[in-house]
Amino acid sequence: MAVTALSAAESKRLSPRLRRLEDERWLAMALLTPTAVLLGLFIAYPFFEGVLLSLSSTRVGDPGHFVGLKNFHKIWDDSIFRTTVWNTFWYTGVTTVFKLALGLWLAILLNRHFKGKAIVRAFILLPFIIPTVLSTFAWKWMFDPTFSVINWTLFQLGFITTRINWLGDPDLAMTSIIVINIWRGVPFFAITLLAGLQTISPELHEAAAIDGARPWARFWHVTWPLLMPVTLVVVLFSVIQTFADFQLVYVMTGGGPANATHLFATYAYQLGIGTGLLSEGAAISLAMFPFLFVIVVVQLLYIRRVETR
Amino acid sequence: MIEGALWRRWVFYNIPLILFVFVLLFPFYWMIVTTFRPDGELYLPWNAPNYMPFWTNNPTIEHILYLFEETSFMRWMFNTMFIALVSTVISLFCGVLAGYALARLNFPYAGGLGTAIFITYLVPQTLLFIPLAEIIRNFQLGDTPWSLILTYPTFLIPFCTWLMMGYFKAIPKELEECARIDGASRWKAMLYIVIPVAVPGILSSGIIAFTLSWNEFIYALVFLSSPDQKTVPVGVTSELIRGDVFFWGPLMAGALLGSIPVAIVYSFFVEHYVSGLTGSVKG
Repeated sequence: MAVTALSAAESKRLSPRLRRLEDERWLAMALLTPTAVLLGLFIAYPFFEGVLLSLSSTRVGDPGHFVGLKNFHKIWDDSIFRTTVWNTFWYTGVTTVFKLALGLWLAILLNRHFKGKAIVRAFILLPFIIPTVLSTFAWKWMFDPTFSVINWTLFQLGFITTRINWLGDPDLAMTSIIVINIWRGVPFFAITLLAGLQTISPELHEAAAIDGARPWARFWHVTWPLLMPVTLVVVLFSVIQTFADFQLVYVMTGGGPANATHLFATYAYQLGIGTGLLSEGAAISLAMFPFLFVIVVVQLLYIRRVETR
Repeated sequence: MIEGALWRRWVFYNIPLILFVFVLLFPFYWMIVTTFRPDGELYLPWNAPNYMPFWTNNPTIEHILYLFEETSFMRWMFNTMFIALVSTVISLFCGVLAGYALARLNFPYAGGLGTAIFITYLVPQTLLFIPLAEIIRNFQLGDTPWSLILTYPTFLIPFCTWLMMGYFKAIPKELEECARIDGASRWKAMLYIVIPVAVPGILSSGIIAFTLSWNEFIYALVFLSSPDQKTVPVGVTSELIRGDVFFWGPLMAGALLGSIPVAIVYSFFVEHYVSGLTGSVKG
């Protein structure tokens, strides 16, 4: 009796609140609150703090003061930073082209019926699933100058006579890092593009074939335009992740040899956390922002144009 | 598919596919071989006469034992698991609710908020790690699992929300309207009618969120400092490399064992994972 009375009283007390949730606006607000709080606290607030930090002279153990754009001037004149910017664009551009080409090729190879297709598809995604740092260590061991299995293979095949110091030479080190990034990214491209390919009706291909289109023409005039919207989104994600990459370079070279392979993130880490120049590190990190912003805006506009066409 | 002669099928399909699979999986094979190879064989230069790279006749578990006896590897596994699970649950909770609101409710600025979520989806962790480290320290969360449990949702929630919006949009409005006509409140219709239908989407987002948190590195590297608090990727990096000396055997054993939980989860839910991955790139 007491229990029912209590619950009746409770429901009467709750009912205005529940009735308020009948209003879509109030319900939406209630549902969005947890997300807004977490994202506000750990994205919007740090972004704001980051801007302040990059305009100050803060370092570890010294709160510092406002210095205006001094940090940005300083990194602008920094030759390592210039190398970093160049590296980041080169790394992003080269890997994206290869990931798209190889990923599309792999997707086409997978887009037909054969025995064991499900297993092959499941295994192919492994490089993308396994934590990057852990698989990168396997690569680092494969590229080890003294114990390299790659050197052994090239030597046995007669391509080289002396060892190749993969990570000791700036250009080779960058190339090695690019290879690993492509290795890790191809499965993502392949699987998402495969899903795009599967939405293209085979009848379109048959119709084009009946009209006399050769395989290459069928690909270029049927498959490619229909695949465009998915491709653009996949490229957008990949470009942003690659541009802001950290793990791969940190493990493979740590930015070396002689700061030749830094990306924005690794250089920001080295200055900000490694040497404790927090404000300069924050400035380098934030220097990514305009580039990312332009990439996102251009891509989104382009996607919208393709989709409305 | 237009089928050609047998040799054409091999040249244009089977051989390239075999090469792809070989290259994509070889590093994992290398990881496994190295894990079980004794040190004497491991540190044989590649041009030594008896260098036998692809097999070992003297398999050993000394590297795995080293990992368990000399390092806090079990702690790292436990930490990573705990952090990944809790941050996934938090992100799913927030993402499902927000996704529902953005996909199915009419309210002012719904479109703008959807775009804002998409933009935060694209914010990389490396953009904010330095100010975030300061904030974590100010909140007294440094060197605790909570520093990661609370920050991982910043990249997981936008992802879950985005994915769930896609799933919620695909559920017909009539389903909810029927329940409402039968007297269910909006809240109950959401909880008991719409969300259960979206369970496959929740599973997909959950699995991907779990693998993403297991993979996260830079926050864990910056926010955690004591060996016992570390996650697997950070622990392996910082405790198995001393200066210039790499403990390759234990390092590969750690990489192998540290990948297993993710691989197991993935193997059970491959289809969900793939559908989540492909759903995440739909506009």
